Amino acid sequence: MPKDHGIGASPKRREDLRFLTGTGNYTDDINLYGQLYVHFLRSDVAHGRLNKVDTTDAAAMPGVVRIFTGDDFAGVGGLPCGWQVTDKHGQPMQEPGHPVLAQGKVRHVGDPIAAIVADTYEQARDAAEAIVLDIEELPAVIDMKAAVQDGAPKVHDDLTSNLCYDWGFVEENKAATDEAFKNAAHVTTLELVNNRLVANPMEPRVAVGDYNRSTDESTLYTTSQNPHVIRLLMGAFVLGIPEHKLRVVAPDVGGGFGTKIFHYAEEAFCTFAARQLKRPVKWTSTRSEAFMSDAHGRDHVTKIELALDKDNNFVALRTETYANMGAYLSTFAPSVPTWLHGTLMAGNYRTPLIYVNVKAVFTNTVPVDAYRGAGRPEATYQLERVIDKAARELGVDPIKLRRQNFITQFPYATPVAVEYDTGDYVATMDKLEQIADLSGFEARRKASEAKGKLRGLGINCYIEACGIAPSNLVGQLGARAGLYESATVRVNATGSISVMTGSHSHGQGHETAFPQVIAEMLGIDESMIEIVHGDTAKGPMGMGTYGSRSLAVGGSAMVRATEKIINKAKKIAAHLMEASDADIEVKDGKFHVAGTDKSVAWGDVTLAAYVPHNYPLEDIEPGLEETAFYDPSNFTYPSGAYCCEVEVDPDTGRVTIERFSAADDFGNIINPMIVSGQVHGGIGQGIGQALLEGAVYDDNGQLLTGSYMDYAMPRASDVPFYTVDHSCVTPCTHNPLGVKGCGEAGAIGSPPAVVNAVIDALHSAGKTNVTHIDMPLSPNRVWAAMNA
Amino acid sequence: MYNFDFVRPKTIADAAAALGHEGAQALGGGQTLLPTMKQRLASPETLVSLTGIPEMQGVCKADDGAICIGGATPHAVVAAEVAAHYPALAGLASHIGDPAVRNRGTIGGSLANNDPSACYPSAVLGSGATVVTNTRQIAADDYFQGMFTTALHEGEIITEVRFPVPEKASYQKFEQPASRFALVGVFVAKYADGVRVAVTGASEEGVFRWTEAEEALSANFSADAINGLTVPADGMIGDLHGSKEYRAHLVGVMTKRAVAAAA
Ligand SMILES: Cc1cc2nc3c(=O)[nH]c(=O)nc-3n(C[C@H](O)[C@H](O)[C@H](O)COP(=O)(O)OP(=O)(O)OC[C@H]3O[C@@H](n4cnc5c(N)ncnc54)[C@H](O)[C@@H]3O)c2cc1C
Repeated sequence: MPKDHGIGASPKRREDLRFLTGTGNYTDDINLYGQLYVHFLRSDVAHGRLNKVDTTDAAAMPGVVRIFTGDDFAGVGGLPCGWQVTDKHGQPMQEPGHPVLAQGKVRHVGDPIAAIVADTYEQARDAAEAIVLDIEELPAVIDMKAAVQDGAPKVHDDLTSNLCYDWGFVEENKAATDEAFKNAAHVTTLELVNNRLVANPMEPRVAVGDYNRSTDESTLYTTSQNPHVIRLLMGAFVLGIPEHKLRVVAPDVGGGFGTKIFHYAEEAFCTFAARQLKRPVKWTSTRSEAFMSDAHGRDHVTKIELALDKDNNFVALRTETYANMGAYLSTFAPSVPTWLHGTLMAGNYRTPLIYVNVKAVFTNTVPVDAYRGAGRPEATYQLERVIDKAARELGVDPIKLRRQNFITQFPYATPVAVEYDTGDYVATMDKLEQIADLSGFEARRKASEAKGKLRGLGINCYIEACGIAPSNLVGQLGARAGLYESATVRVNATGSISVMTGSHSHGQGHETAFPQVIAEMLGIDESMIEIVHGDTAKGPMGMGTYGSRSLAVGGSAMVRATEKIINKAKKIAAHLMEASDADIEVKDGKFHVAGTDKSVAWGDVTLAAYVPHNYPLEDIEPGLEETAFYDPSNFTYPSGAYCCEVEVDPDTGRVTIERFSAADDFGNIINPMIVSGQVHGGIGQGIGQALLEGAVYDDNGQLLTGSYMDYAMPRASDVPFYTVDHSCVTPCTHNPLGVKGCGEAGAIGSPPAVVNAVIDALHSAGKTNVTHIDMPLSPNRVWAAMNA
Repeated sequence: MYNFDFVRPKTIADAAAALGHEGAQALGGGQTLLPTMKQRLASPETLVSLTGIPEMQGVCKADDGAICIGGATPHAVVAAEVAAHYPALAGLASHIGDPAVRNRGTIGGSLANNDPSACYPSAVLGSGATVVTNTRQIAADDYFQGMFTTALHEGEIITEVRFPVPEKASYQKFEQPASRFALVGVFVAKYADGVRVAVTGASEEGVFRWTEAEEALSANFSADAINGLTVPADGMIGDLHGSKEYRAHLVGVMTKRAVAAAA
């Protein structure tokens, strides 16, 4: 019998009731008395000198309260970058300014130039049309390799070039790696593109700024994955508002996928303008604006080389990647192609020598930052594609080649600076072979061929580093913040519990899963526990949700705080039963004196804590509320093996996903249903990247895929019913729950499986000259590759 | 969106009169026009809704057997009510957009707009249908005049479309991955006096008849009859979803599939 409560049970998600019945409270649902609306006039050229912004006529338009331009922000800070990368020569990265509204130059289509605040949104838009812009258009730099050529136009005039950094990792490995390539029995080389993506959460970004004159307090309601971080960045670096006068609320958030981590100009603007105008100011992004102002994801151009010895053992790996930063450094942008990518290049394999080179480049495009997986999908994709290519070149089975090179001893210190604590890659591969019914593949291929379709099978293995992150380690790597998490467990007098977590739920199901942990620890009913998040006024400083960290880091903080609660409650219970607290056991919501039939109920203990008439006041304080901050000692390393089966229509090149199986090791599982849901969503996004999605700029920096007419999102009919399994469990050794995190795995593990499957399908039809097709594998691209 | 006035006449005559005023524009289901207005790319002073006119709603059968569809009939109604009479046409309607689009978007709006990737134009041209307006009848061959261009005069209203029912027909749509409009769509209809093949989505000139294929299929209505026939890539649309060559190739593939599926 599966459990029906506590850890390991799958209660339905309690938050879905409000999400599915339209009673959620999203930022756009917040409307304040006297609220004004802002519309941003955005650049429609990719690169230009901003000679003049004439707002005279516009300012006189009906309803216009005030028009702000870059000049209004002269005395205000720019948007800060949260990570500094040091290049291979030991120099800090080039770090340009990032004004809230453009100053002097516009640097991408969508760069905000002026903010029109008016009584209604339509009035603001009307006035925007009356603003007269004098922009001297400059040549745009779009292609990364062209951008770093001598003489290329510079995105930022005050930098020496468009190269943000040239990073070598691990620089000390370089010579030995190059030497190993010289002596290798076989070298496989692959050049590929990790396509630029637009996250497209269902809810676009929204910000409402408010200012209270009587208290001098500012409040920002915003669609954020990490409100405390926004408060810190915006308060300390942009607007100079001390934290005790600044509250940031991220209420229900309709999906983030990374793009709502970052601190954006629009939310800083609304907070600033509300203070200036002494009225609430609201901005709601349109979908078109989202395409040109939400940070994009991925966009790497990579050459990877794998060296093998005569027995097909991996001996060395070398990569060179151009990573697009876009026009400005978004909050975490520099860390994505470096510390979230280079450190993952060992994958699941015992490759002794690895050297990763990354050139981060400024271009006249929307800034690029973390998107579900952030760096790890890029690492996995190139590694698993090159392994597949090597297997074909060597004529060995791709599963066998992988198995032969798997890491099998743990802990394992990789040559790229991380130490995997646990994992069992053989077990997940065994599980995959079983759930994917690999033995039945040939029969399925024949059945497809009978229909005139080519069938292919693609395998992928991944590890990822999440549970982000050990603060002292990331500090050495350039992080300008800590990455611990906090929790306050507030037990109320009658025994119900409010848990304030610094992590944030924007669809993940924390409100359901987190109570399962605490209920298990205390032996009480989950319905007595409420999760509170998303408001800097309610909980202690926390770092938010991304990097599959909420349970591994935030959940660990919750466990620590609950342990403190239990310790204190035991003392109270011992006092009530006149026993020694060492003899008290917690079971089924009661405190028992071990070896006796004496017990006292949870509610009696909690009541005693707040009505301390009979209470050990000389030993402990009244009340029952504890806070813990948890800083992990290592990343967590979920891993898995994925299998995709596709059919390719040889007449049209159209690819359909016929089967998809995922065997993941996420460590211990709290709520298997939610975990499956996370994997489903991640695979869906990965299939989107592999087959459909791709943001494309033309040479002038116009975004050709600026709406759903041209940017292809995956739909339900594009994905099959998945087979997912997470029964392979090697618990994380260094966090109290033994959990690893599951939020990004699907998006990391699926794209290579899809592409490997398509290449396999083409090879089955004798198209062995097709060694690679860049994502998205659109029908046109597949057809063109087949007919090249 | 800019401000506009809104009228909802009950007769074609009143609608025609309303459209006679400067700045007035017809509104069908609004599935094309309203997004354009929201993006401030269109700014009619008055919208004249055609969906409240009973004469322009629904499906009927004429004495000569033709299927007559009111100009303001939504795609979903065509999908449901034409199925028994002209399955290929109903099938086409049932694959336009999503349920919301099909419940609002109208045949008249689609034809007036004449998007080069829209589905209906291929059925109208492929069936040799007649576009009936408030002032005249226009043969399909005269109606389509290039991308977003038709024989309609300013303010002219499509009140009805008459489709002669073929012996066999099929519409095969290869979807553009993002918009799910036709990257290439081919409508093949076999009549007693010959076969018509109309192609949408592919050409820079909008929907067109593939006469070579028509001749070959009129002589031998089988997919093999197309073997060896190609449309030139020159003049095809080339964009990030499909090159000219790819579209030209798909015209052949979809034509064959339409012939094979014709019922
Ligand atoms: C998400 C989405 C997906 C879609 N997918 C497809 C698809 O796969 N295939 C496809 O073919 N189409 C597709 N469409 C377009 C859809 O079919 C539209 O409904 C159609 O193009 C326009 O019809 P409408 O009634 O909405 O016209 P409106 O938007 O109201 O009007 C369009 C134009 O026609 C004029 N007009 C409207 N009615 C008449 C009339 N009776 N006489 C004269 N002029 C008139 C208007 O003045 C306007 O210029 C899609 C649309 C959307 C929003």
